[in-house]
Amino acid sequence: MMLAPAPYFLKDVSVSQVMTQVCIALVPGIAAYAWLVGPAILVQLVIASLAALGAESLMLKLRGKPQALFLSDGSAIVTAWLIALTFPPLAPWWLVALGTVFAIVVAKHLYGGLGQNPFNPAMVAFAVCIVSFPALMSQWPSVGLQMPLNEQIKVILGLAPRVDALTGATPLDALKTALKLGEANIDVGQLLANQDIFGNFAGRGWEWVAGGYLLGGLWLWQRKIITWHVPTAFIGALALISGALWLYNPAQFASPLFHMLSGGAMLGAFFIATDPVSGCTTPRGKLIFGAGAGLLAYLIRVFGGYPDGVAFAVLLMNLCAPLIDLLSQPRIFGMKEKS
Amino acid sequence: MMSLFKFKGGVKPPTHKGESTGLPIARAPLPSRLIVPLHQSIGGMPRPVVQAGDKVLKGQLIGEADGWISAAVHAPTSGTVLAVAMHAQPHPSGLDALCVVIEPDGKDEWIAREPVDYKSLKPEEVRERLQQSGVVGLGGAVFPTHGKLTASKTVPMDELVINGAECEPFITCDDLLMRERAEEVVRGIGIFRDLLQPKKVLIGIEDNKPEAAAAMRAAVDALNEPFLVVQVPTLYPAGGAKQLIRVLTGKEVPASKRSTDLGVQCFNVATAYTAWRAIAHGEPVVSRLVTVSGDVRTPRNYEVLIGTPMEELLRLAQPHPDTDGIIMGGPMMGFLVPDPQAPVVKATNCLIAHCERLFPPKAPEMPCIRCGACAQACPHELQPFELYWFARAKNFGKTQEYNIFDCIECGCCSFVCPSRIPLVQYFRFAKSEIWTREREKNAAEGAKARFEFKQLRDEREKAEKAEKLAKAAAAQAAKKAAEAAAAAAAEGGAVEATTPAPEAGAVAPRGDAVDAGKAAKMATIQAAMERAKAQREATQPKNTEALTTDQQRAVDEIEARRSVLETTPLAEAAPLSEKAE
Repeated sequence: MMLAPAPYFLKDVSVSQVMTQVCIALVPGIAAYAWLVGPAILVQLVIASLAALGAESLMLKLRGKPQALFLSDGSAIVTAWLIALTFPPLAPWWLVALGTVFAIVVAKHLYGGLGQNPFNPAMVAFAVCIVSFPALMSQWPSVGLQMPLNEQIKVILGLAPRVDALTGATPLDALKTALKLGEANIDVGQLLANQDIFGNFAGRGWEWVAGGYLLGGLWLWQRKIITWHVPTAFIGALALISGALWLYNPAQFASPLFHMLSGGAMLGAFFIATDPVSGCTTPRGKLIFGAGAGLLAYLIRVFGGYPDGVAFAVLLMNLCAPLIDLLSQPRIFGMKEKS
Repeated sequence: MMSLFKFKGGVKPPTHKGESTGLPIARAPLPSRLIVPLHQSIGGMPRPVVQAGDKVLKGQLIGEADGWISAAVHAPTSGTVLAVAMHAQPHPSGLDALCVVIEPDGKDEWIAREPVDYKSLKPEEVRERLQQSGVVGLGGAVFPTHGKLTASKTVPMDELVINGAECEPFITCDDLLMRERAEEVVRGIGIFRDLLQPKKVLIGIEDNKPEAAAAMRAAVDALNEPFLVVQVPTLYPAGGAKQLIRVLTGKEVPASKRSTDLGVQCFNVATAYTAWRAIAHGEPVVSRLVTVSGDVRTPRNYEVLIGTPMEELLRLAQPHPDTDGIIMGGPMMGFLVPDPQAPVVKATNCLIAHCERLFPPKAPEMPCIRCGACAQACPHELQPFELYWFARAKNFGKTQEYNIFDCIECGCCSFVCPSRIPLVQYFRFAKSEIWTREREKNAAEGAKARFEFKQLRDEREKAEKAEKLAKAAAAQAAKKAAEAAAAAAAEGGAVEATTPAPEAGAVAPRGDAVDAGKAAKMATIQAAMERAKAQREATQPKNTEALTTDQQRAVDEIEARRSVLETTPLAEAAPLSEKAE
């Protein structure tokens, strides 16, 4: 007779269920991405997934861990998808694969595998690649790019030349560059109205991708996979600082709405900063973590040298997470009044 | 309708209560033998007062309460004592314990029962009667009830909370008790009320037991009592004493306090019932209601004699062939009984026939992903995953910083963990390790204190030896003085045969009364004795004599530290020993 300990009932939950739901929540954003920006993203998702599973399998073998159990937990797929979604959609296949392998091998398994990584693996991949391959990581296709899928796949696989004309900057980058070049003569309103890379609220097309992430994120919250703290604090801090500077000088600073719907803000707020492994865990800690990430993301994307700041913001906050957790332990049942 | 409070966390496992509430309570037949453990409550181990071969009657004392926090144990039926011996226990450890084994004679013949009107008794007499009747908390904790029936002297008793919540899945014995015997439960609550004199009496029942609540309301009305029957939301673990107190009164009792410190006390409904039977019918606790459910054909509640082998009880409900074990208690906090021959005890509220169909084997354990589901489920607002990391790393100091002793082991964290980590197991492990280490540390501290004391004593001995040598030298001088005095003495007188005085000072010559020769002889003897004494004292010193003030202070310090160490950890002891100056 076995003598397993109580409880003998367990809720029907598992790590793979959690990860699967995260992937499902990414679907609206991916759908908008594929529809409005280009279906090449689907190819990148496949490349990243294969690279992630391959690297995961290799590391599990080296570490003597059970393959089936950990390959099926879905965590490698989530990392892979986040990498594919943050890299330029026409980036060469090897860049996406390299980033993914680095994330799984170095950022995840060298730190002890699932649950042990102090940094968000996808963001480590992004940071490593943008520092090592700044040119390739900055080539974004213009929305409405008229290029058949098979041609795009050829570009990704390196079978067709990377035509410079096909690639441009992100809306965030375009705005920043224009503002820098134009100095005092240009104002944000004109820029956003004149250039065809901007849509109603932010980057054309991209704003709806962000909307898709928002939708998926809200579903994750409704499913209790994430709590409200991090996304609210992230978006709140981003809105607050962008709003303050926008009110101060609307000619030089874009509106909060623009910032919320640009770059990796929504993806970061709901899918990246909410990573429980590398983030904070206490309610207050999550608020601090989210707000810090939102604030840093804004500062880096507006005043820094990179097109977007979410990756570095999240990594910097990952560094602080253990300390924040330590200092934000909630008072427990029966000990809420100050003694 | 009074407003209720909420506790954070909690989970909603499937309740499985309907299975066993369809049939009324049945009296379980006399088993082939009864194995009655002597230790059935928190506190002291009752002493056996019978031996093999004794004839006993139902309700006869077989184990005598050992101290105040201890409760008597009685023969559950009439028969013959077969043995007082070690026998398997319903305890997860699987260890045996001392039991009185009784072979029933089939007559089930009571001792002379003495019903009393408790209102004619003094409160302390009521408490003693409860202790003598073996009344303990039947919610599962089996704390001797009389020990909880003294109100705090400093804090007024605001609320008496009666626990009929019964939040664990499968268990329905309190439900059925309230449905069928509500009046006696309410009368029992009346005893508690009269002893504690609370301002309010609140009876909490989860809202999935409307029949029980209705029966209790009817009984409260019939007896014209001002008790409030409150239906609380069904949310595990609402039946935990601290959770129910929180829901009904808004008060939060931390691990470091007793509920009476906050002016509230809590009893289970079944405890109230047995208290009433003990006082008003003179019946000690020899049986209890047990739910038999799970993988059985006819789940129901039985009135079961304490000591009934679990296997015999389970058989009454006809377990299915795939039954592969017995859970005592509920599926959230119960445990698989290591030996099905273990007896039903006062803590046994439920037996669940275990099978894989009802309780599928757990999926393999995965690493913690810090998702925080456990923290959201914890009714004590702990951070179970942090405790888990620390327990795993054997960083027990940190587990205490993170309040591991506030964990009530309700199992909510394990229930919701997507990584299938048996969190509660880790916490039990950490707690027992901490207890073991505390004991070892205390022992080591005692040894250290003894060593320090020995060192100090050695130093003092050296000082004493020097002092004694000085005294010996003084005695030599005295001898010479005596000789001189003897020479000077002219007339002899009667010499008193004095016994030599121990102190060197007493060797003062008494020239007027000694003749010269004898005096000289005596002085020599005295001096020799002094030397011998000094020598003796050098090897066998008296500890407390002739200490310098510095030495005395050092001794006091060590004594103070030792006394502190007996009760408190080292960290607090250091500043106290400084204060001892």
